[in-house]
Amino acid sequence: MRRKFSIKKITFLLFLVSFVSVAQHNEDGDVANAPKKEKDLKTKIKEEINHHVLDSYDFDLYSFTDDNGKKVHRGFPLPVILWDNGLKVFSSSRFHYGEALVKIDENYYKVYHNKIYKTDAEGTINYDAKHKPTNTKPLDFSITKSVVMIFVVFLIMFFMFKRMARGYQKNNGMPKGMGRLLEPIVLYIRDDIAIPNIGEKHYKRYMSYLLTIFFFIWIVNLFGLSPLGVNINNSIAVTFALAIFTYIITTFTAKKEYWKHIFWMPGVPVPMKIILAPIELLGTIIKPFSLMIRLYANITAGHIVLYSIIGLMFIFNNWLGSSLSFFLAFVLGILELLVAALQAYIFTILSALYFGMAVEEHNEH
Amino acid sequence: MDITGLEMIGAGLIVIGAGIGIGQIGGKAMEAIARQPEATGKIQTAMLIAAALIEGIGFAALFAV
Repeated sequence: MRRKFSIKKITFLLFLVSFVSVAQHNEDGDVANAPKKEKDLKTKIKEEINHHVLDSYDFDLYSFTDDNGKKVHRGFPLPVILWDNGLKVFSSSRFHYGEALVKIDENYYKVYHNKIYKTDAEGTINYDAKHKPTNTKPLDFSITKSVVMIFVVFLIMFFMFKRMARGYQKNNGMPKGMGRLLEPIVLYIRDDIAIPNIGEKHYKRYMSYLLTIFFFIWIVNLFGLSPLGVNINNSIAVTFALAIFTYIITTFTAKKEYWKHIFWMPGVPVPMKIILAPIELLGTIIKPFSLMIRLYANITAGHIVLYSIIGLMFIFNNWLGSSLSFFLAFVLGILELLVAALQAYIFTILSALYFGMAVEEHNEH
Repeated sequence: MDITGLEMIGAGLIVIGAGIGIGQIGGKAMEAIARQPEATGKIQTAMLIAAALIEGIGFAALFAV
C-alpha cells in the first residue's frame, strides 16, 4: 500500500517537473531579451510554436539569448544525408542552425523554412509568384530529430516487450515487473478491441500489428508532451506511413467476400451496383486517409493550442492573467495526456474495424 | 468580397456543426449509460468511434483554411 502511494507521488512530481520545464523553455527565450513591443513578443511566440511543431536538422534541447544578444543553442547536431548526383553526408552543425551556407563538392546548400535547398555561392533563394522557392531540392534522407526519436521509441518498445516476454518465461506465466504494468493494456487490446471487431477466428493474425501501433502512437505522443518536446506525429509523413500499413494489411488479407461487396454488392439492383462500386472503391482509400488526417490534426492542434496558452503568460505579463493561463495550460496538459492515449486507442480500434471488415464472413446471403 | 473571409466563415460553420454533432453523441451516450449502466463499455466504444469520425471532418475544415 505504501509503495503504491509513493509511486503515485513520484508520477505526480514528474508531471509537475515536466510542466515547469516546458514553461521554462519559453521563458528563457523571451524574458532574457525583454522585448518592449507587444508585436515583437507575439511574432516570437509564433516562431517558437512553429519551431516546436516542425521537424529540424538539429536535436535542439533548448536555446536562449545571452547577455551579448547572441542566440545560444544547447543540443547536438545530427547527420544530414543528401542524394544529389551522389551521396553527400555531413553534420548539420555546419548549417549553424539555418544561418550558414554549406559547400560540398562545388555545390551550396542552404536551409530555408526547414527544407534544404541547393543555391549559388551567395545563397540566394529565388521565389515564384506565390513566394515559394524555385531552387532545386536534393533528395533528403537526413536523420532528423523525428527520425532519432523514432529510433529511440523503437528501442524503448523493443526492450520493454523483450523484458515482458522474458518475465513470463521465468515465472511460468506469472507476470512480473514490466509484465504487470503492460498486461492489462495488452489484454484490453485483445479482449475489447481485437476480438469484438475482428472475431474469435481471425484476431490472432492481427494482434501483433494492433499492439505495435497502439504502443508506438502512445509512446510517441507521450514523448511529445515531455520536456524534450519532440512530437513525431506532428509530421504528416509519419501518420501517412502508419495509415498505409493499415491499408496494405487490409487489402492483402481481405477475403473474397470483401471484394465482392466492393465491386458487386449483393442484394441490390444492377444499376445500383454500378453506382456503388466506385463509391465503395473510393471508400477503401478514404478510410486510411481519415486515419492519417485524424492523428496528425489532433496532435498538431493540441500542441499549438497548448503552446499558445503558455505563450499567453508572457503576453499578459501580469500576475492575474499569467496565473490564469498557467492554470489553463495545466488543465490542458492533463487533457493532452488523455488525448495521447485516446488517439492511440482510436487509431487501433479503427484499424481493427477495417481488418474485421476485410475478413468478415457473410453467411446470411 | 474578400474570399479569405468567406473561407473563415465556412470553416467556422463546419466547426459549429462538428461541435453540435459531438455534443449530441456525448449526450445520447450519457442517456444510454444512465438507462443501461451494464452496457457502459460498449456504449463508450461506439461513442468514441462516432466522435472520432466527426472530429476528422472538423479538422479537415480547419486545415482547408
